[in-house]
Amino acid sequence: MKKFAVIFTAAVWLVSGAAVGDAGQLDSAGANVFDTASVQRGASYYVNYCLGCHSLQYMRYKRLSEDLDLTEEQVESLLMWGDQEIADAMTSNMDADESEEWFGITPPDLSLTARSRGVNWIYTYLRSFYLTDEGWNNTVLENASMPHVLWELQGTQRAITDSWTDEEGAEHVRVADLELDEPGLMEPVEYDSMVRDLAAFMHYASEPSILKRKSLGIWVLLVLAVFTFLSWLLYKDYWQDVKQ
Amino acid sequence: MSRFVSGIRKNAQAVGDWVDARLPVSKTWREHLSEYYAPKNFNFWYFFGSLAILVLVNQLLTGIWLTMFYTPNAEMAFSSVEFIMRDVEWGWLIRYMHSTGASFFFIVVYLHMFRALLYGSYRKPRELIWVLGVFILLVLMAEAFMGYVLPWGQMSYWGAQVIISLFGAVPFVGDVLVEWIRGDYMIANATLNRFFALHVVALPIALLGLVVLHIVALHEVGSNNPDGIEIKDKLDAKGRPLDGIPFHPYYTVKDLFGVGFFLMIFAFIIFFAPEFGGFFLEADNFVPADPLVTPEHIVPVWYFTPFYAMLRAVPDKFFGVVTMGAAIFVLFFLPWLDRSPVKSLRYKGWPSKIMLALFVVAFVRLGMLALGDGTPIQTFESRVWTVYYFGFFLVMPFVTRLEKTKPEPERVTS
Repeated sequence: MKKFAVIFTAAVWLVSGAAVGDAGQLDSAGANVFDTASVQRGASYYVNYCLGCHSLQYMRYKRLSEDLDLTEEQVESLLMWGDQEIADAMTSNMDADESEEWFGITPPDLSLTARSRGVNWIYTYLRSFYLTDEGWNNTVLENASMPHVLWELQGTQRAITDSWTDEEGAEHVRVADLELDEPGLMEPVEYDSMVRDLAAFMHYASEPSILKRKSLGIWVLLVLAVFTFLSWLLYKDYWQDVKQ
Repeated sequence: MSRFVSGIRKNAQAVGDWVDARLPVSKTWREHLSEYYAPKNFNFWYFFGSLAILVLVNQLLTGIWLTMFYTPNAEMAFSSVEFIMRDVEWGWLIRYMHSTGASFFFIVVYLHMFRALLYGSYRKPRELIWVLGVFILLVLMAEAFMGYVLPWGQMSYWGAQVIISLFGAVPFVGDVLVEWIRGDYMIANATLNRFFALHVVALPIALLGLVVLHIVALHEVGSNNPDGIEIKDKLDAKGRPLDGIPFHPYYTVKDLFGVGFFLMIFAFIIFFAPEFGGFFLEADNFVPADPLVTPEHIVPVWYFTPFYAMLRAVPDKFFGVVTMGAAIFVLFFLPWLDRSPVKSLRYKGWPSKIMLALFVVAFVRLGMLALGDGTPIQTFESRVWTVYYFGFFLVMPFVTRLEKTKPEPERVTS
């Protein structure tokens, strides 16, 4: 047993010796998909600021009322525009060809962005727009086609650059930090909190079953724990005569 | 009342006899369960055989339900998976059981194979059990690869692109072969459709057949045990092994406990971490397949990474593919490479123990290196472990014959 422990420790040490891969530099969103009020606010921000261009083609309005403590009437009056039905998917009304002409690409569907890019990515991305002489840019997604839709709320940020010299002596300029140039309608704290709500909603929209999944999971584990305990008792009982 | 009960019992007995005269139900039950004598000293490592059957059944059942809603069509496959995740009642649970089950199949099978390495379960007279097992691993790999293509996300598409293009390394017929596998000039609807057919019909049938043969072969010769000695050598007056106990009820209740413990881990991942940090469900696979956009990193799912690292470690594509294939192929010869007078590692010498420990390190480390960017240092390390992987098998005949072994016990130890 002692020998096994030594070999095991040595193996773990060898395996974990050199980590492979790197960590990103995204800000932590602190978004909570179980905070219903936050997800509700995020849903309302989404339909007001994002849905014009970005569909959530796999998300149905009806599902919002089922999951977010809203009546169907509330969803219809607060979150739906035009002639859409409650069972419809949350699609944008924008014409794909026209939008491609305006932005260079059709604004992508965002149903699964929280799963493909992550909640922290969304949070950091929406807080990382800065204005240059050529227009909007973003430190998370360089040369993004999307303009800063929320600039009125956040205000305009400018980039603080610094330069660094690489091993070969070439000089590079990089964005070191962003600073608020002109304040918007919201205080920075308010804006962060709004983007956090949006991220929480997009987290929910990327996997609506997450709410049920986690709350049900606790019960499943409890039942399995009881089952495992009973089967252990059964095993101990049956094996009494083998152990002798 | 008691007359009523005994009447029922009599009739049931009559029905049972009638069936038994025509179909060997009781005989099969006795031979494979109630009178199949297994060594009484099975330890932790012996849970993984029955767990592999459990995962297989899980994959078959959840797979059947998924096919009820999944659409094997390049235009619709991705959205049909999201339809399952959102609009099908309990669809998310069935899908996560299937996707998590795929990874757990490999965890369980790798640990099951490690058990065979520990205690020499591949040695005479169990060579065929091992060979059938390697065939099971091969079919399982094909099954997992094709299943991974079905959701038709970016990783499905580009993973298929990388793996299928490997066949292009075959001399002379490579390009024709690749086109024949794809069924088109690129990975397309035809590829998706044939992979669906193979994944849900052909390979599961092959897998089930091989599993049956694996178990029949096992029950013909009897199970090995941690001491690596034959319990059939010491029989009681009735001809039963002295160190054997009936599989049922002893190992059925013990395995039931193992199943409970396993299901707790399985359920924890399904309900709390189904992506498992991108190892079980990769982030890029939540983006629909796009032939025009190549993802930044194309990495296979974790269970293929050790072999993928070997492919990358070899500078030449053709020899890389040969190396990868040889890594599986060499397993077939294992029963004849081990020349030790003892089966179990417990009684082998320290060279064998160190070699097996390093073999595990090599396998895990190769898996980790496949996830890296392939820096020169990482490539060098991959080469070292790849050489070690094959070295382990190549020097085994010499090490096992020359090293000093301990005497095996007469009877099993607990």
